[in-house]
Amino acid sequence: MQADQGPLPVQPFKRYVEIGRVALVNYGKEYGRLVVIVDVIDQNRALVDAPDIVRGQMNFKRLSLTDIKIDIPRVPKKKTLIDAMEAADVKNKWEKSSWGRKLIVQKRRASLNDFDRFKVMLAKIKRGGAIRQELAKLKKENAA
Amino acid sequence: GSSRPFHKYETDNVFLRSSASAARGSVGGEEREGGDDDLKILDMVVFRFHQYQVVGRALPSAIDEHPKIYRMKLWATNEVRAKSKFWYFLRKLKKVKKSNGQVLAINEIFERKPTKIKNYGIWLRYQSRTGYHNMYKEYRDTTLNGAVEQMYNEMASRHRVRYHCIQIIKTATIPSKLCKRESTKQFHDSKIKFPLVFKKVRPPSRKLKTTYKASRPNLFM
Repeated sequence: MQADQGPLPVQPFKRYVEIGRVALVNYGKEYGRLVVIVDVIDQNRALVDAPDIVRGQMNFKRLSLTDIKIDIPRVPKKKTLIDAMEAADVKNKWEKSSWGRKLIVQKRRASLNDFDRFKVMLAKIKRGGAIRQELAKLKKENAA
Repeated sequence: GSSRPFHKYETDNVFLRSSASAARGSVGGEEREGGDDDLKILDMVVFRFHQYQVVGRALPSAIDEHPKIYRMKLWATNEVRAKSKFWYFLRKLKKVKKSNGQVLAINEIFERKPTKIKNYGIWLRYQSRTGYHNMYKEYRDTTLNGAVEQMYNEMASRHRVRYHCIQIIKTATIPSKLCKRESTKQFHDSKIKFPLVFKKVRPPSRKLKTTYKASRPNLFM
């Protein structure tokens, strides 16, 4: 099932299921984990692997493909996989990407306790005050 | 058509074998890769059908002091049904019934390498509305139990054949070169690449499911 790269100049798809594609688990017990597609079982399932789990099968419905792809042979040994992930710097690339950053922020917000939320409220008020001060300054300059 | 040479692949047959030893230990390895305490195991699929090895013989009598011992590998949902199926098949092959026989051992057979993708060929005999037919089906899966479950589901959906009308004659792991079906052969590609076309938008758990949504979902991947 090769993607048709031939006559079309621009493919509507950018992320493909392929060996080495990094995906995020979006359902189930492993929710939020980054896994690598290591082989394709059939139309609906892939063999996935990550440095801290035993290689197993997963339905594509549970995976969200990311932009990151690493260079691995089909079904690599655990050590090869870990080395390839280090070489491609998957963790840092993910944490720097906008998707990854959003997830980190979500997690942080969900783990706030009441005191933290109070601090956030104060910080927001302070920030709002500073913005309004600058805005007032700009308005005065404009009016003048 | 070309006949497949018997020795070319391993077979897990359901035919009878007389064995000298009575009780055998558990055949096959663990279902999970044990020993890796630091590695998490992905949500292991709960199999509906388990593979059992049942060993039995007729009861010793005055005529026959040491009756032949027979071993069978079969699929059932639990051990009780496995023993029942054993007698069902044995009755058809030998002159012995549950009432004048005994089960010597029943062990569950687990998948040797559940992380390796294999092509399974399953030969089956099923009863349709008009008669009995033989079939050969191929499945790609990591475990034999998974492939057998796929087979039962497919037979039910494609041919409306229920569990009790299917007899598994033989199962085998087929090397990629010898696969017959295009639907399994299309995945024999080391550089396989395809896009996911339809993104199903769903909440990360059933608890967060709501009947109404504020906006229409974007189904593009």
